[in-house]
This record gives sequence, structure tokens and C-alpha cells, in this order.
Amino acid sequence: MFDIVSFIPRAIVQGIPLLLGSTGETLTEKSGNLNLGIPGIMYVGGISGVIGSFYYEQAAGSGFNPTLGVLIPLVCCLFGSLLMGLLYCFLTVTLRANQNVTGLALTTFGVGFGNFFGGSLIKLSGSSLPSIILSATSNAFRRSLPAAERLGWFGKIFLSYGFLAYVAVIIALVASYFLNRTRTGLHLRAVGESPNTADAAGVNVARYKYVATCIGSMIAGLGGLYYVMDYASGVWANDAFGDRGWLAIALVIFTVWRPNVGVLASFLFGGLYIVHMYIPSGMNLAVKELYKMLPYVVTTIVLVITSMQNRRENQPPASLGLPYFREER
Amino acid sequence: MNNRPREPLFHITKRGTLRWYQAWAIRGGALLLALIVCGIITSSVTGEDPIQVYVAIFKGSFGTPRKFWVLTQNIAMLLCVSLAVTPAFRMRCWNLGGEGQALIGGLAAAACMILLSDSLPGWAVIVCMTVTSVLAGAIWAAVPAFFKARFNTNETLFTLMMNYVAMQLVAYYCVVWESPKGSGNIGIINPNSHIGWFPQIGTNKYLLNIIIVALVCVAMYIYLNYSKHGYEIAVVGESERTARYVGIKVDRVIIRTMLLSGAVCGLAGLLLVGGTNHTLTTSIVDGRGFTAVMVSWLAKFNPIWMILTSFLLVFLDRGASEIATSFSLNQSFGDILTGIILFFIIGSEFFINYQLKFRKSAGKEDK
Repeated sequence: MFDIVSFIPRAIVQGIPLLLGSTGETLTEKSGNLNLGIPGIMYVGGISGVIGSFYYEQAAGSGFNPTLGVLIPLVCCLFGSLLMGLLYCFLTVTLRANQNVTGLALTTFGVGFGNFFGGSLIKLSGSSLPSIILSATSNAFRRSLPAAERLGWFGKIFLSYGFLAYVAVIIALVASYFLNRTRTGLHLRAVGESPNTADAAGVNVARYKYVATCIGSMIAGLGGLYYVMDYASGVWANDAFGDRGWLAIALVIFTVWRPNVGVLASFLFGGLYIVHMYIPSGMNLAVKELYKMLPYVVTTIVLVITSMQNRRENQPPASLGLPYFREER
Repeated sequence: MNNRPREPLFHITKRGTLRWYQAWAIRGGALLLALIVCGIITSSVTGEDPIQVYVAIFKGSFGTPRKFWVLTQNIAMLLCVSLAVTPAFRMRCWNLGGEGQALIGGLAAAACMILLSDSLPGWAVIVCMTVTSVLAGAIWAAVPAFFKARFNTNETLFTLMMNYVAMQLVAYYCVVWESPKGSGNIGIINPNSHIGWFPQIGTNKYLLNIIIVALVCVAMYIYLNYSKHGYEIAVVGESERTARYVGIKVDRVIIRTMLLSGAVCGLAGLLLVGGTNHTLTTSIVDGRGFTAVMVSWLAKFNPIWMILTSFLLVFLDRGASEIATSFSLNQSFGDILTGIILFFIIGSEFFINYQLKFRKSAGKEDK
């Protein structure tokens, strides 16, 4: 029997990192930057949070303060991913480097950074712990509303998550409002569609690209943090984050650059990601591997369909992936 | 009162073409700077003196004859994938699907090895492997190419997604063909009969791979620089409108070039399965499809320079894993070093293409 009450929360928990990653990437892409460094940035976001809370837990010992326990990793994570975003912007906007190459280099670096510090943090800090398990921090992150227990299936489906999950949904909705309903959002879209026009209209193209990409990276970095602290219960395992970063980029296409659609779409992706665990176990093990293909296949189909329809509102930003240099035409 | 808008400290202009040695001097300088930064980081993490660290890097590649052959083999494989993606890049068609195309090529080769080993003689199996894996790679690239040519579908994102479709397909077959049962991986294929294994030249089992890739490299150089196809690719890359105007069928060039790109990726998969590993896993291509993008770009899409850039990346990777082992650090240390060096080289391109013109001192300006 397909257990829907346990399936939905697990799908949502899987979906939240993707939602954060894709909201960040959508903001970035709206400014015309195709940031393929998102997987790396999410790793860096995760590990920065881990490093912060690792040292805090060591220092605090028994006097662990939940508020600080949440704030310190959060700030570290935002700072780490901000640095990655700045690096990307410096190379692609200021130095006008190729975005694909820069993004891939950023991913190599970020994943390496995450796995290196994840694997060597214990040795480097000279601590005696066998592995990184941040249960105190994780508990602070995972604390859900007290009413969740009492409300049965309703509580389980809607209220059983840590605060970052709700933050993710709010960020997505705010981003959507910002892009479609505010003047700054309009300017940002103009920068992504036609930087020449935006420049002529007096919009500072470089500043918009910088700010959008850096904020986008910070949001994406939160996805990494959510994964480690909430989903993985504060246990860092190398490469455990897997290909979720690429899936977040897939999600951007799937939602045709709309963060509000992303809320439900990310849960759908989360569901597709774990649906193989809910297939009756009597079936062939190999088929489960094919189910894992679903998110990617669905994404390619959406990509093809939107390009076939060729509707203007469903297209990628027109200057996506192109550097802007005022004197070039 | 000074109402004149303040001039910025410097402004940026596009350079004319630099001489090749000036350009490479800038790149070399960037590399040197990057190595210094890497040295500082490594010695601060390991607490060793940086010279020792570089000795260790060097040992990782040239320490023993075996390490040297592994280095050359890795260069050859990376070079092969890089050569594959290059024609597409010259056309400004970002084929990020090298990983998937090589995987699918490897899958086809492994399928032939497993399914045909009982019914065909060894040489026939190798012929079948070659044909199917090159075809499989080509088809995997043709799908995005078709939609790109027909509907202008974004090929960067499409090829990226195809990587993971290929990966899951391989994961599926890894379970289907698992041996021993329940292990979830294929293990060495035909360990006793060696059917489908590439023949060994002399005592070295990697030599054949290296020779094949060297031939592909030369062929690709000639194809891109001295053939009509190569010229068409260059024109489409510079300006699609110009290409249309002079009567080049852009759609056809896109599909043809991507087919070629996928076919060479398929060949890389074949070499990995048939010539090197004799098995199939989802990680057999080992991220080369992505590294290839950087190799190709760093070499300015020139197949001959690519030998150098793929050497650089593999050398660093081997060196960093040597550091990691000898100082008992995590293997991923190499990725960090590679990342830093890439950032420097990527950044240095700016100084090749543009120059900074500083504001003349205010006194002169007023006269």
C-alpha cells in the first residue's frame, strides 16, 4: 500500500534543498548569469555551516545555546556562499570570463572544498571525535511546531518541518513577487533580457548582476545547510549531497524561471527523487535505478516543449550566458 | 566648483590581437601566481614547507614508471573527451554532455563484451564494440543537436540533463548485469577469456589507448583547421547570420558537428571500458566530461595546445592525490588546488583580451 502520509513529508524534505537552490539560480539567471557553480556553492554553503557549528559545539560544550547554535551556522553558510558568488561575479562580470567555464571551475572547487573539509576537519582541528555529528545544532534546526504532534496527518504533512523549510517557501514566494511586481525586479529582468537596453535606460548592469548573483548564491547555499542540518540530522558524509545541485538547475528550467511554481515543482522533484523507495520491494532492483532518471527526463521534456511552443514568456532570459561589455556590439 | 563628471580611475578597452608569446606570458604568469597561492595554502594546511609539497606533486606523476604511465593514460583519456567537445565549442554550441556521451559509449562497449562473448570471436566483438559505442555516443549527442537545430532548444541545459539520464541508464545495467549476484556492480568483464579486451602492445597495456588518442588529436587538428567542415564550423561560431548569408546550412552543420562530438565521446567511453578498466561503473568517466570543457577552453579550442592543458590538469590532480596520501589528507584536496589554478587562468584571459587605461594625472588633463 502506498503510504501517502509518510511519502509527502519525505518528498517535501527532499524538495527543500532543490527549492532553495533553484530559487537562487533563478534570480541569478534572471540577471543573465548562467551560474553552473550552484552545485559547488551548495556544498560550500553546507560545509561552511558545518565548520561554524562544529567549532561552536566544541567551544560551548554543555552550555549549548540553541539560538546561537542556529545563528552561527546560518551566518557562516551565508558568508561562505556569498564569497563563492562574489568570486563568480568577479570573474564573469568584471573580468568577463566565460560563464560555463567559470561555473564548472566553481563546482570543482566547491565540491572539493566541501569534501576536503568534511573529511579533514576532525584531523585539522585535532579533536578526538570519530566523525562529524552535530546533533545539538541539528536538533535546534529541526525543531518543529509543537502542535505538529497533536494534529495527526495534517500536522505531519504541513507542520512537521524545521524552520528553514518554511523560510525556503517564503523566499521563493518573495522572489517571485520581487521579479514580477517590483520596479527593481523589472530592471533585473531587463538586465537579463537585453543588457544594452537596460544600460541605455540608466540601469547599472554590473551592479544588478553582482547583487542578483550574490543573493542567489546565498539562497542556494542555504539549500546545502538545510540538507546537512535538517535532512541529514547534522551528519556530514562526503558526496552525500550528490547531484542535487544539478537537479536544482534542472528545476529552474522545469519551472520556466518562476520561483512560485518552484514551490510545488520542488516537492514534485523531491517525490520523483525518492519514489523508487516506495515501489513495492518485490520488483526488480534495477528498475529502481530507472525511476531515478525521472526528474531529468521530465526536465528535458519541459525544455523541449517550451522551446517548441516558443512562447515569449516561457523562454530563458535572452542574454543568458553572455558577458556584457558596453563597447561591444 | 567642478561640475565636470569625475573620470573613473581607469577604463577598459579591447586590445588588438596580442602576439602569441605575449598571451602565453600572461597565462604563464597567472599559472605561476596560482602555484604560489596553492603552495601557501597547502603548506598552511599541512604545515610542510612548500618546496616539499611541490616535490611531492612532482613525485605523484613521475615518481615511478608505473605512475608515469598512469599519468599518460589519464592525459590521453582527458584529451580524448576534450577533443570530442571541441568542434561543438568552436561553433559556440556548449556541449556539456561529454560525460553522458562517453558513458553511453562505454555502456555500448560493455554490452557487446557481455552479450556477444559467447557467440562471436574476439576480434569480431571488438569491431562490434567500436561500431556500437561510437554510434551510441553520436546518438546521445544528436538528440540535443536535433532540438537545437530545429527549435533552438538551449543545448547547454539539454546536454547537462542527458548526462544524468545516461548515468541512471548505466546504473540500471550495472544491476542487471551484476556479477556476482547482489553486489550491484559488474566487476571485471570476461576476466579469463579476455574477450573484448584491447590487445596489448608490448608490455604496456595503455600504449594502444595513447596511440589512438594521439591519432584522433592530429586528425581533429587537421579537420578543424584545414577542412571545409572545419571552416563552416568556425563561420557558424562567429556569426550564424553570416553563415546563413553565405549559404551554409546552419542546421545541418550543428547536427553534423554534434554527431562528431558525440562519436568521439563514445570512442572515449570505448577506450575506458575496452582498453583500460574492463568494467563499467557510473563513475567510469570520472567527471572528465566537465573537466574537458575547461581543458578545451584553456587551450583556446586548439587541439595541439590541449595536450598541454590536459597535462596540466591531470598532473595537478595526480600530484594533489600524492600530497593527500603522504600527508594523510582527504583526496578532494586536489579539486581545491585545481579550482584555484583555474580561477587564476580564467581571470588572466581578461588581461589578454582587454587592457586597462589609467586616467592621466589631473594636472595634465586641465591643460
